[in-house]
Amino acid sequence: MSIIRSLVLVSADPYSLQRGSMEVFETIRQELHRRELADEVEVRLARDLGRHDIAPMVIVYPEAVVYGPVMPEDVPFLIEEHLYKGRIAPGLQVPVREISGRIAWVTARKGTLPAQQPILLSRAGKIDPENIEDYLIHDGYLALGKALTGKTPDEVIDEIKKSGLQGRGGAGFPTGLKWGFVRRAEGDKKYVICNADESEPGTFKDRVLLEGDPHAIIEAMTIAGYAVGADEGYIYIRGEYRLAQERFGIALDQARAYGFLGKDIFGSGFKFDIHMHSGAGAYICGEETALIESIEGKRGEPRPRPPYPTTNGLWGAPTLVNNVETLANVPHILRNGWQWYHRFGTPNSAGTKLYTILGNVNTTGVIEVPMGITLREVISIYAGGMKDGARFKLAQTGGSSGSIVPSSLQDTPMDFESFRKAGVSLGSGALLICDENTCVIDLARVLLNFFRKESCGKCAPCRVGTQRAYFILTRISEGIGRFEDLATLETLYKGLYQLSNCGLGNTAGVPLQGILTHYRAEVEAHIRNKVCPTGICSMSGALVAAEPVFH
Amino acid sequence: MDTKELSVENIQKTVRSACEAHGYEREAIIPVLLEVNRTLGYLPTPALVEVGRHLRTPVSQVFSVASFYYLLTVEPRGKHVIQMCESAPCHVMGGRQLYRAIIDTLGIEPGRTTPDGKWTFILTSCLGTCGVGPVVQIDDDLYGNLTPAKLKPLLARYTNGGE
Ligand SMILES: Cc1cc2nc3c(=O)[nH]c(=O)nc-3n(C[C@H](O)[C@H](O)[C@H](O)COP(=O)(O)O)c2cc1C
Ligand code: FES
Repeated sequence: MSIIRSLVLVSADPYSLQRGSMEVFETIRQELHRRELADEVEVRLARDLGRHDIAPMVIVYPEAVVYGPVMPEDVPFLIEEHLYKGRIAPGLQVPVREISGRIAWVTARKGTLPAQQPILLSRAGKIDPENIEDYLIHDGYLALGKALTGKTPDEVIDEIKKSGLQGRGGAGFPTGLKWGFVRRAEGDKKYVICNADESEPGTFKDRVLLEGDPHAIIEAMTIAGYAVGADEGYIYIRGEYRLAQERFGIALDQARAYGFLGKDIFGSGFKFDIHMHSGAGAYICGEETALIESIEGKRGEPRPRPPYPTTNGLWGAPTLVNNVETLANVPHILRNGWQWYHRFGTPNSAGTKLYTILGNVNTTGVIEVPMGITLREVISIYAGGMKDGARFKLAQTGGSSGSIVPSSLQDTPMDFESFRKAGVSLGSGALLICDENTCVIDLARVLLNFFRKESCGKCAPCRVGTQRAYFILTRISEGIGRFEDLATLETLYKGLYQLSNCGLGNTAGVPLQGILTHYRAEVEAHIRNKVCPTGICSMSGALVAAEPVFH
Repeated sequence: MDTKELSVENIQKTVRSACEAHGYEREAIIPVLLEVNRTLGYLPTPALVEVGRHLRTPVSQVFSVASFYYLLTVEPRGKHVIQMCESAPCHVMGGRQLYRAIIDTLGIEPGRTTPDGKWTFILTSCLGTCGVGPVVQIDDDLYGNLTPAKLKPLLARYTNGGE
């Protein structure tokens, strides 16, 4: 696995293309190849960088130096100076006083490296997931061997704690801390559960990991078992993910045959095995206590917390629940050490993060980038810009429980800390990018529709609150909303947050709060003027009977 | 799945083999129901009774589990099931238009089966393939980047192919 140390962006807006930026791009690639730098420097085309008078532009991170206009014949000199000798190439840099206005965001990002850094994805798609030998020659099960033969459980936990790894299942809880809780919990029987119920709309990163690199999860779960003192693990895979289940099943059989699961693993006396459990189609089963109920063969209704699963989990025993992506980090941390892990991301949120890019952009898919990249960078570097040159309006992060992130926050680094400060959340890593033709009422209505159907119905605030909010939003979208509705929506948001039993209800109102805070004028236009500014809502004046909830 | 195939013996056999595969403990209930549902197409009441008997669990509890999960259904379905993803990513990428097109083509609202028993139309949440939205799943096959224009030929493939 190669570590990327620099990222070179070449502007590729129509104007730059016209002035030869493709040629610049190709020359940079050849030059890097010639100097054997191609493994550590990533080159990418970027759209919408914001300035045309200095095109074609070349931007080099982490120094965030802007060069322009750059001609193909300037490239060898630029590479030699900046990437080989490590100093700014004189004469090509854009003067500081010109770096203002629409390009200023680049220099503000000095010291960051928004390059793809495949760590978790270093094997997925490159190895044969159904062949354990292929995993083994790519450093497979090395971390497990290292942990079992060279470290005590407390040392393993300490390593994870120091790495600063935070849970990728949505809440960002420090992983090492959670492992410590389970280790110290009383009881002889403990469990490790891998949460692979990925049902957040727009999220499919865990599926990519399970389908592409299933042994990594087995290895991580076994290490977790050793660290917390568990001898049994469960993986709860979403019922719709048939291929992932199939591949994981094959991987389990192989791991048992090779002795990575079972009794006396690596001759250490440690024993561990994993059961695979299929979900049956219920979003709420991603919530850890509902997931535990479901493994026990019951309706997936969350338990009241506390007590937390760390002390009272599966069949009442202390249980560690971690997300697939969280666990996928573990073998890398143990193999390379916690200091290595801190080379990626921001001081408060270490490591890389998988994002799924969706919506009105030119390229959709999964990327793995360091924590702390911004939305603007994601859109212009990885999503290939907005589709049809439209303007970016908002992003919806983290599936349905994520936040609505308005374009004013597109330069906020996406890490747990910065997003928390800005009052939004990162959620599960889905980035639904919406352009100016998106109606916020319509969007909120779709999100609330999801929650009202997925609410398990156990507690009234969530069961009733989500239905009420959905009907009010529908009414507004039909052009028969009233001003009192806005106050009701606010009450509903607060009620959902404060009174619901679990995270589903707590976060179900977040889209309501988002649109009322950031897009109040647009919402009011629906009510006051009976107009949908984007022309999406029907405004037909008739409340169509809502379609039945079908199970 | 034709309902006439569901003789008592057939149901008993299916439940028995599912229990043999997944165990007779209470916690085997979801895997057992999933498998029975997959084999029979849905969970008829006699199957629920049979599962309760094998796992020594009250039928009321079997029903409460069966009615909770989306992949389990206690109502018979059409020969083919078309599931449309109604989550936000698919919705903003053209799901809205597709939704109307399915209703117009099949002539039924979501949750219903066509009178000839050929199609059941179901709305579902994210199918995990949002990169290519809007997405529908017909029986076990996924289709992405679907537009209203592509819908009719796609449906015809199922009804004309004699499947
Ligand atoms: C409604 C709801 C749905 C959730 N869905 C998932 C999910 O699909 N996958 C997941 O890993 N965590 C999900 N979570 C979070 C889990 O409850 C839990 O916090 C997580 O699995 C802990 O793992 P981590 O510490 O590695 O993030 C969900 C939480 C809630 C409230
Ligand atoms: S949102 Fe439709 S498949 Fe994910």
